[in-house]
Amino acid sequence: MNIGKQLKEGLLTQNPVLVQMLGLCSTMAITTSIMNGLGMGVSVLIILTAANVVISAIRKIVPDKIRIAMFIVVIAGFVTCVDLLLQAFFESIAASLGVFIPLIVVNCIILGRAESFSYKNGVGASFFDGIFQGLGYTLVLLAMCFIRELLGAGTLAGFRIIPEQFPIGILTLPVGGFLVLGFLIAAMQWALSKSKEGK
Amino acid sequence: MTDYKNLKLIATSSPHIRGSETTQGIMKDVIIAMLPALAFACFNFGLRALTMTAVSVAGCIFFEWLYRKLMKKHQSVQDLSAVVTGMLLAFVSPVQIPYWMILIGDAFAIIIVKQLFGGIGKNFVNPALAGRAVLLASYAGSMTSWVDPAVNKAALFGSNVDIVTAATPLSYMKGTDPAALAESFGNLTGTYSVGQMFLGQIGGSLGEVSALMLIIGGVYLIWRKVINWQTPAAYIGTVAVLTFLFPKAGSSLDWMLYSIFGGGLMLGAFFMATDYATSPVTKKGQLIFGVGCGLFTVLIRYFGSYNEGVCYSIMVMNLFVPFIDKYTKPVRFGVVKSDKKEGAAK
Repeated sequence: MNIGKQLKEGLLTQNPVLVQMLGLCSTMAITTSIMNGLGMGVSVLIILTAANVVISAIRKIVPDKIRIAMFIVVIAGFVTCVDLLLQAFFESIAASLGVFIPLIVVNCIILGRAESFSYKNGVGASFFDGIFQGLGYTLVLLAMCFIRELLGAGTLAGFRIIPEQFPIGILTLPVGGFLVLGFLIAAMQWALSKSKEGK
Repeated sequence: MTDYKNLKLIATSSPHIRGSETTQGIMKDVIIAMLPALAFACFNFGLRALTMTAVSVAGCIFFEWLYRKLMKKHQSVQDLSAVVTGMLLAFVSPVQIPYWMILIGDAFAIIIVKQLFGGIGKNFVNPALAGRAVLLASYAGSMTSWVDPAVNKAALFGSNVDIVTAATPLSYMKGTDPAALAESFGNLTGTYSVGQMFLGQIGGSLGEVSALMLIIGGVYLIWRKVINWQTPAAYIGTVAVLTFLFPKAGSSLDWMLYSIFGGGLMLGAFFMATDYATSPVTKKGQLIFGVGCGLFTVLIRYFGSYNEGVCYSIMVMNLFVPFIDKYTKPVRFGVVKSDKKEGAAK
């Protein structure tokens, strides 16, 4: 178990969104305000960690042929918990995220980590994998939210930073989502290739 | 005596015959062709038309230089294509929008649409139109309020509040209710004569108002062989035929004339749809491209939510260019049809 390596993979070299290109749908759809991004990121982080731990724990008794179905059942259970908790305690976030919380069930990051990591590794490693991959996802969401909310709407977490007539509204539209994500992916690839050259 | 022993046969691939045209020369012609329209814009809207164009051109040149500098690529500013983009973007914007707004459009057009795809010749849609589309999506209010050319032109330099805005001819021609449309079209024909429409003493974007000046520029470009007649003829022709056959109000002829002289059709047909990088290579392809542009323009004007469809229709057809090029590929010299079939069968 190598926590430092896992941390680096989750945040940088194997970042779920910018390198593995997983979970792009939710990344594009909800990153219009910081609060949305934070809510979505933390929800995925919790679900991913919990699902990773449970799947890792039951990996030896689950027959290979039905493992995907098992993953989905476990993930769906946690998603339902988080969905209900959000509705109970953070009503505004639940309302603005809407259908994207139930859709975490089919978020590729969670299924992808279950298949490629926690099904093959121990409980402890899977726990940290969930946290670090979830953190990587959350940080990308926050970066996108920051750019899109600040430049597109002129606010940050609802507070007005740029006067109303200036913001470039197109960034809050889907077009802007694709653009900002493209720029982030390009920046990430550039940084990774730079660090490889350095070695 | 020729030293035959050391004479080398230099084999290079074609083309061996080179023309004397350069990108710079072509862009110069395009700029010259736009000057009449710019002059008329100054006459119509006052000096702000000139300063707006100058700011936009300076912005485009700066962003092109900046990107090339930052990315350590060879400088391409001297080919003047950025100047053309800057002028076109100013031409398709209302004259009273603030300068910073047009600079955002410039940055988007040059950096994202043109340079990120590899610079001149590699962009997949027209940069100036993409810049306009971004501004329209971001600042719908400013981009769709038009200055009435009848107001005091000096006021344009001052604050924006005391500007009298006017509806463009196209907004009189929009609507679904036949009775209301007939009335507003009647108002339009009452306010502006066909002659005024042709000359351009109407509200609208900076450089699009004068059909006459744009036609002069377009004819100059065709005469200089910078553009072919196919694209503009097919484009304007399609719009003319469709609006003549399906007028929504008034007489067929009136409706057709107001449709082709109002809005950005002339500007789009002569200067936007003919952009080399984003239009088909063959003449047959250019005809198809022009007809497609015309079709989409009329469809958007008739059924879309915008008054004007030129910008989006050209952008949509830009995306079809690879397919048009693929299906209008001329048969190779010397190949007869039976050979082709055999080749396909193999």
